[in-house]
Amino acid sequence: MNWLAFASILGAALAVSFGAIGPALAEGRAVASALDAIARQPEAASTISRTLFVGLAMIETTAIYCLVVALLLLFANPFV
Amino acid sequence: MTAPLTTEPLFTLGPVSISAPVVVTWALMALLLAGSVLATRRLALKPSTLQAALEMVVETIDGQIRDIMQAEPGPYRAFIGTLFIYILLANWSSLMPGVEPPTAHLETDAALALLVFLAVILFGIRANGPLGYLKSFAAPTVLMIPLNLVETITRSLSLVVRLFGNVMSGVFVIGIVLSLAGLFVPIPLMALDLLTGAVQAYIFAVLAAVFIAGTISEGRPDAAENLQTSERKTP
Repeated sequence: MNWLAFASILGAALAVSFGAIGPALAEGRAVASALDAIARQPEAASTISRTLFVGLAMIETTAIYCLVVALLLLFANPFV
Repeated sequence: MTAPLTTEPLFTLGPVSISAPVVVTWALMALLLAGSVLATRRLALKPSTLQAALEMVVETIDGQIRDIMQAEPGPYRAFIGTLFIYILLANWSSLMPGVEPPTAHLETDAALALLVFLAVILFGIRANGPLGYLKSFAAPTVLMIPLNLVETITRSLSLVVRLFGNVMSGVFVIGIVLSLAGLFVPIPLMALDLLTGAVQAYIFAVLAAVFIAGTISEGRPDAAENLQTSERKTP
């Protein structure tokens, strides 16, 4: 058993699993607030949803960073 | 299944090795170019069906740019519209069997983000002059210069990683599911992939517009003061 490979796989799994928690909570809050705002002001729905999409993309980036780090560990690991 | 971060050369053209994403990009460029040339060859005042559809696309893009940038879309339509349509087509090119989206490779996304990086500088200089553009780094205060410099780099980097991560993860997940379960199982995932591709194309274009608009408005002399005086005048 190669310990470096073991550590890399464990690190990748930990990065994705814990890295997904924060963005998931944040996206849930963002969507909930956006739905609240649309329910209050349906005429502003287009502006709100556009801002929501951009904001969601920004939040999602943190999860994507974790995914890329995990993939780097798995497929392009400089130490293995 | 090949690793998502490597690119295999498809064939060599003299000393240059050409990979599959480059070929797909060329095909998409040729398709877009030929399509635009053919579709706009006979423009009439009373539009045909095709021309009406094209006008609708252009007007939608114009409306979005106007909403986001609070400016007339004329100078920005070509760049942002082309970015959007190209990334949309590239993300959806996975619909064709055997074609992998070029945006699922880091190099294509890096090239697109580099274009945005250069376009921000170009539009900033064109709008405010070189000094005005440099002054936009010192907005709102001089203390923000290092942060603004870092932000210029990191936001381009996050553009790359966002588009790459989303599209590549879609392709990757479909590959894994396809190797696990056979015929019809990946279809819902592919549908989700189409949605993600469209949203990511939209977001890339919107963020490019936001960056350009931010540079233009920050470098404008006394933008904040003008805003305050106009607010004072309106009531």
